[in-house]
Amino acid sequence: MGWAIALHGGAGDIPVTMPPERRQPREAALRHCLDIGVDALKSQKHALDVVELVVRELENNPNFNAGKGSVLTNAGTVEMEACIMDGNTKRCGAVSGLTTVINPISLSRLVMEKTPHIYLAFDGAEAFAREQGVETIDSSHFITPENIERLKQAKEAKRVQIDYSQPIQKDVEKELPAASGGSQLGTVGCVAVDNQGNLAAATSTGGLVNKMVGRIGDTPIIGSGTYANNLCAVSATGKGEAIIRHTVARDVAAVMEFKGLSLKEASAYVVEECVPRGNVGLIAVSASGEVTMPFNTTGMFRACATEDGYSQIGIWTSVE
Amino acid sequence: MGKWAIAVHGGAGVDPNLPVQRQEAAKQLLTRCLNLGISGLRSNCPAIDVVELVVRELETDPLFNSGRGSALTENGTVEMEASIMDGPKRRCGAVSGLTTVKNPISLARLVMEKSPHSYLAFSGAEEFARQQGVELVDNEYFITEENLGMLKLAKEANSILFDYRIPNGGFETCSAGAAATDSPLQMNGLPISLYAPETVGCVVVDQEGRCAAATSTGGLMNKRTGRIGDSPLIGAGTYASNLCGVSCTGEGEAIIRATLARDVAAVMEYKGLCLQEAVDFVIKERLDEGQAGLIAVSKNGEVACGFNANGMFRGCATEDGFMEVGIWP
Repeated sequence: MGWAIALHGGAGDIPVTMPPERRQPREAALRHCLDIGVDALKSQKHALDVVELVVRELENNPNFNAGKGSVLTNAGTVEMEACIMDGNTKRCGAVSGLTTVINPISLSRLVMEKTPHIYLAFDGAEAFAREQGVETIDSSHFITPENIERLKQAKEAKRVQIDYSQPIQKDVEKELPAASGGSQLGTVGCVAVDNQGNLAAATSTGGLVNKMVGRIGDTPIIGSGTYANNLCAVSATGKGEAIIRHTVARDVAAVMEFKGLSLKEASAYVVEECVPRGNVGLIAVSASGEVTMPFNTTGMFRACATEDGYSQIGIWTSVE
Repeated sequence: MGKWAIAVHGGAGVDPNLPVQRQEAAKQLLTRCLNLGISGLRSNCPAIDVVELVVRELETDPLFNSGRGSALTENGTVEMEASIMDGPKRRCGAVSGLTTVKNPISLARLVMEKSPHSYLAFSGAEEFARQQGVELVDNEYFITEENLGMLKLAKEANSILFDYRIPNGGFETCSAGAAATDSPLQMNGLPISLYAPETVGCVVVDQEGRCAAATSTGGLMNKRTGRIGDSPLIGAGTYASNLCGVSCTGEGEAIIRATLARDVAAVMEYKGLCLQEAVDFVIKERLDEGQAGLIAVSKNGEVACGFNANGMFRGCATEDGFMEVGIWP
């Protein structure tokens, strides 16, 4: 038993040749977010509070595809979505189509706690944000030069691109090995179990580069990108359309429950056997304090720690 | 060659005082839709085509809560959502926040087949609809007199149910109050007489053993604008795999938390339950205090339905001649 936490900054075709000046700030961010999550767990904070505060931190970091730093739609705008779920009660909250809300994950928590609904989107979600007095800001705040460039490249390649971490140099000809699927990276997430055994999951994203306006991915869909019950908490990342059809997050829990597999076995099964290569990564924790972070992409920005002192920060090859 | 099977529903959670003529009209519509689906199946239409054409029929008829006849938002407008899933490769398409698209289920299918995505919503979905040239109408087309009346009552019931300052005497003088007190039955926070059973749906397995599912709705009466329920969420309101096809209805929030449609398939896949056992299991074990129902077919030509609400408008038929339409348990 004991607490455990894992967080991710997206899975995808992260090139192993990523230069230090791009790698280091991301690793530092993962380390920082892990530290604040661990501190919160050590201070007896509830798992739901922990996942929310960690994801807020990831949203605020412009290096990840959520909140500030979200990738752009085909119209050059930002449309953010997020989702949070409480394992004990299976209460959940989700939002989509946000354009001015600084922390989408916090709005999704308010949907869960302050409305009889689970999911609010677009104008209705923005109106709710104003009613609740959450921090909002002009949409331009979320847009970074890096993402403007990514959109330009995706349009030139006529691609709905999910690559987040390609080099931005204009003279580099990008022919991704993963062909038209592109590399999948996008989404941040956090899962935690606290010392009382409470489980929670939270996920947040800007979606796909060059996505159609109004496109919703897996992140806000309970059972696809986000899920928690009294056995485990899961947050997935990768190609949204694949995660939806394979109901990734729910399947990890279902395989544990119905086939009696362990957290690691269930997660590995879903990632290796169920979803095509190059499409998905996930983080998961169990009620008994186990943690796992499998992915079938080139890499996944990730970090985890457990109460017995184990911790890991990584980008490439899974060591589990 | 396998055997085909089809099921349709018009929503779970039915006013026990629903006038007999309305019950008859509902059963006639369900029968008509079953027959439409059956002709399609007899002409060898694939399951995915059959579920779409049946749900189009249910959307077009104003009787149930989808397309024309949709429940109204708090602003008196209609916002529709739908999803469709094709079992063999688990392709799926979903839409939310539609205001001018005559047949939401057909737009969901176009999302699945003509866009690089699985789910489009609100203005982005409407724009896609324009690009695809689907039939568009004014929002007023979907709004019925009856639902305008229901919305008014729902707003009154809301303020009565939640306003502790109204003395007890207020209840008898208002029809909404009477509704609230006559029948303590509630669905999703509304007295059952004002609740518009959310969603219509169809599930089919064709002679090749291919399963498909489709669900469409106007959502919860008096909902906040922007509220999304279970119907467009793959795994919650709709699911199809190579084993089965499922469409759910009822309290959207309960269905989402339970990932109800996916769970039917998951217990078949991971626990080896047969279709009826799987349906019974999820209805009994997965809904906690929520009220819902579902229809399902399996690749072996079986059909099943289950609900823990007080009623569900439903119908089913199989190739060996079985046909049944019902409302109550």
